[in-house]
Amino acid sequence: MLVPRRHAWTIRILATLAGLLTLILSVWVFIGFDWGKAGLGTTNGYQFVEWYEWLPELGITIRLGIDGISAPMVLLTGLVIFTGAIVSWNIADRNKEYYALLLVLVSGVYGVFVALDLFFLFFFYEIAVLPMYLLIAVWGSTRKEYAAMKLTIFLVAGSILVWVAMLAVFVESGAQTFDLATLAQHEYPRTFQLVFLPMFFIGFGVLAGMWPFHTWSPDGHVAAPTAVSMLHAGVLMKLGAYGILRVGFGLLPEGTVFWAPFFIVLGTINVVYGALSAMSQRDLKFVIGYSSVSHMGYVVVGLCTLTLIGVNGAVLQMFAHGVMTALFFALVGVVYDQAHTREIGIFGGLVRRMPWFVGFFAVAGLASLGLPGLSGFIAELLVFIGAFQSYPIIGVFCVIGVALTATYILRLMAKAFFGPPNPAWSHLRDMRPSVWVACMLLAATMLFVGLYPAPFLDRSTASVVPLLERIEQFR
Amino acid sequence: MASLDYGLLTPEFLLLGLIFLVLFLDLVFAERGRWLIPWVTIVGLLVVLVVGGWTWGIRATFADLLRVDEYTSFFRVLFAVVALGVVFVSMPYVPRFLPHQGEYYALVLAGTLGMVFMAMADELLTAYISLELLSFSSYILVSYAKRDLKSNEAGIKYLIIGGLSSALLLYGISLLYGATGTTKFPAIAQAIQAPGALDSPGLLVALALITVGLGFKVAAVPFHMWTPDVYEGAPTPIAAYLAVGSKAAGFALVVRFLVGGLLPAVESWLPVFAVLAVLTMTVGNLVAIHQRNLKRLLAYSSISQAGYVLVGIAALQDGDIGAMATRGIVLHLAGYVFTNLAAFGALIVFETRTGRTDIRDMAGVGRQSPFIALTLMVSVFSLAGMPLFAGFVTKFYLFTAAARADLLWLVAIAVINSTISLYYYLIVVKEMYVGEARPGLLSLQRPQGLLTGIALAAGVVTGIVVWVSLGASGWIYDFYGPTLPVTIAVGSGGLVATLVGLAFGVVELPLAAMLAGVFVLGLYPYPVLDLLGDVSNAVFTATAALS
Repeated sequence: MLVPRRHAWTIRILATLAGLLTLILSVWVFIGFDWGKAGLGTTNGYQFVEWYEWLPELGITIRLGIDGISAPMVLLTGLVIFTGAIVSWNIADRNKEYYALLLVLVSGVYGVFVALDLFFLFFFYEIAVLPMYLLIAVWGSTRKEYAAMKLTIFLVAGSILVWVAMLAVFVESGAQTFDLATLAQHEYPRTFQLVFLPMFFIGFGVLAGMWPFHTWSPDGHVAAPTAVSMLHAGVLMKLGAYGILRVGFGLLPEGTVFWAPFFIVLGTINVVYGALSAMSQRDLKFVIGYSSVSHMGYVVVGLCTLTLIGVNGAVLQMFAHGVMTALFFALVGVVYDQAHTREIGIFGGLVRRMPWFVGFFAVAGLASLGLPGLSGFIAELLVFIGAFQSYPIIGVFCVIGVALTATYILRLMAKAFFGPPNPAWSHLRDMRPSVWVACMLLAATMLFVGLYPAPFLDRSTASVVPLLERIEQFR
Repeated sequence: MASLDYGLLTPEFLLLGLIFLVLFLDLVFAERGRWLIPWVTIVGLLVVLVVGGWTWGIRATFADLLRVDEYTSFFRVLFAVVALGVVFVSMPYVPRFLPHQGEYYALVLAGTLGMVFMAMADELLTAYISLELLSFSSYILVSYAKRDLKSNEAGIKYLIIGGLSSALLLYGISLLYGATGTTKFPAIAQAIQAPGALDSPGLLVALALITVGLGFKVAAVPFHMWTPDVYEGAPTPIAAYLAVGSKAAGFALVVRFLVGGLLPAVESWLPVFAVLAVLTMTVGNLVAIHQRNLKRLLAYSSISQAGYVLVGIAALQDGDIGAMATRGIVLHLAGYVFTNLAAFGALIVFETRTGRTDIRDMAGVGRQSPFIALTLMVSVFSLAGMPLFAGFVTKFYLFTAAARADLLWLVAIAVINSTISLYYYLIVVKEMYVGEARPGLLSLQRPQGLLTGIALAAGVVTGIVVWVSLGASGWIYDFYGPTLPVTIAVGSGGLVATLVGLAFGVVELPLAAMLAGVFVLGLYPYPVLDLLGDVSNAVFTATAALS
């Protein structure tokens, strides 16, 4: 922060190095996570645990650690911030403040994924939400002030529910601590669980873009600058799903069993509704924004199946969708920066001018519609299997959702990228090498997960199994 | 039994002496020497602050009228900080907008003396007189800009409404005396413990009147109508003084009175305060949305903050939870003091440079004067209860206490209100960072890098010198471990930097000091809460001795 304003490049490089450093650390944590040990009682299945007293009176401690569910999320965050920092190189206006806020945002995200204390989970959750307002309102486009305000108010409104439910859990347990593991051991009365699980679910669900609380999401994505869209759709929405899984399911298993069939319906609506909305959009970013809503639906469906395969699929889908959507938004940023429009209809034949761009877009698009060999396929397949196991009819709707996805993605590609080249766009150039590196990294990750998902599934299985065993008791 | 140990009141005597010293200096100095007056005030207040802190741990009573304990010491320090903050932010403002510097600072100090006595009072008439000392100083200060119509209007309004509320309060006190035969808090508590005492209509009317009277002071809805007009009309540092000091002192008195005198009647006043809390938060926040003037916005926001404190007051009760609620209230007040001083400080700097206070005029400040914008942004986020800043921790603690007192519904309303408040705070932030500066306004840019550097360097040197000299003698480590010397070193370094900065006219440094308070409470409140353990303990001991 002490770097003078005029040294724009120094700031860019520094921020990117910070991103790279986090990425490397994330990879190290991810690889170092030993799934054999998880669940065997080594500090409740958490590893890399850091522990400090913070407010002993309320039993609030800074306890940080990861388990098999947060490990992929940490890796995802590292990937997205590194690539996000690279694609933001073209931001010229007040870029010091921009990168500072971006890094604050990412600290919040990391905090949520690694917090083992309910207070700090909430603390970081709010930190992650706050910088979004400025990032969108100052550096955004297209109705940015409206979108930023809408997004902030929606998310903070969601956190009201979380806050109230959290205090209720604290008081009800009488445990004098906010430690998640301790709180999870308490048996809450049935009515209590039935009342407060929906509060957690909807509170976090707002951030996960759950229907009917998703409307902030496409607006926010469209208005945000590229890297913020990437982080937001790629990582921040995952915070919501992660919160549902960790806090909602973890603390209130009985309520989960009761409410899961209801929320799985909402998730299905997400899938189908998001896809249908995406079809009718003409702005590239809106298409991707609604496709995020749709894909987050799979996550909710997967979680609510309450089967090992389904929840595993949801966790993998969180990762897969994060990478995929980050790539999407990075690419849209490339074309928008040059053309200053995102209308699908007026492009055409971009493939001749920008072969790499279209290539990457095709990879992301194909992953989105579930082409085998890419990350989306395996994740969605698991979700479908889980859904068919517990609620076949939901499974049917999910598959319809994939068909719809295929329709809008292929239609978009055909219209914008192929076909006769439009001479008006002959000045467009392919992406800069730096962005190419970022996109390549994301695309390679997708391919890797698609071909060899085992490292991810091993890790998440290790943590999902004990969770489901506990839920299973209340069936 | 009534002890008259004047030594207990040393900080107050110092403060009193300081008032006369300031008046005297104002008399003897020619116009050219008057710049010295605020500096004398600052040094004097620092002495008062240190001596006030030194009294930590003493528990005694002065003639059964004033109680000296950790609660008192805490508020002695806090109100000294308030006065210091107000003097800091007044220094650029007063010479520009107001006449008669000497009396101005003397009145600020006199009001502060009233605040301290409000926190100490253990008897209703003493409390009343302290409150009047504060009120009379405030009446004059509000109308201090005597050529300014708005300031005069505010002064009259404040005087009339304040007089009315004082009358109600006094009437309530007299009725209470009639019902219980005493005005001392512990004796009141004893009297209302008698079977059937609470059924007396006189007593209930008395309590209602006292609630109304104090409700005016802390600007709880529906007794809040004076607040926005008075804040808008008053000189801005005085608006800060009222918003921060007057309100905190009112609550200090309320807590002392409720816990010390009315705890046995807890069932009868709890619902009243819960309703007041709901009204205060909701009305304050909803009306704040429509404000276009930043001073009025901060006025309404301070009303809603009072509502959050009332949530804590509704959670007051005997035992563990009540003690936690007390800590929550005091902690929230402390956080609120730093936050609001920072907010008003930023506004005052803006006002002295441009002469404007409308939110629209803040457009583009983020670009022209990044530090002012940052200060204001941090403080409004803290007011909205966002993490990293004091507001989040203090609210969280307060609401946890309320939730433990089975007031989850009230907490839900409070949290919803926080969200509403975020909306209007964001409008200010948006204006500063997104809005384009309009032409015609004075430029805010004043490059002061060198002076800031010198001030900071002076601060760092002082810090190191203090640290080394504390370490050299060694005894302090043996007694207190390494934390205290480091705190003292950092504190004195920060202080010196602030003062040197102020001397150079670098107003950013006092603001930075306030912000430091906001961040410390927001990130590591544990030491403060540790101290507050003694504070709540002290307040409850008086009652525990009875039952």
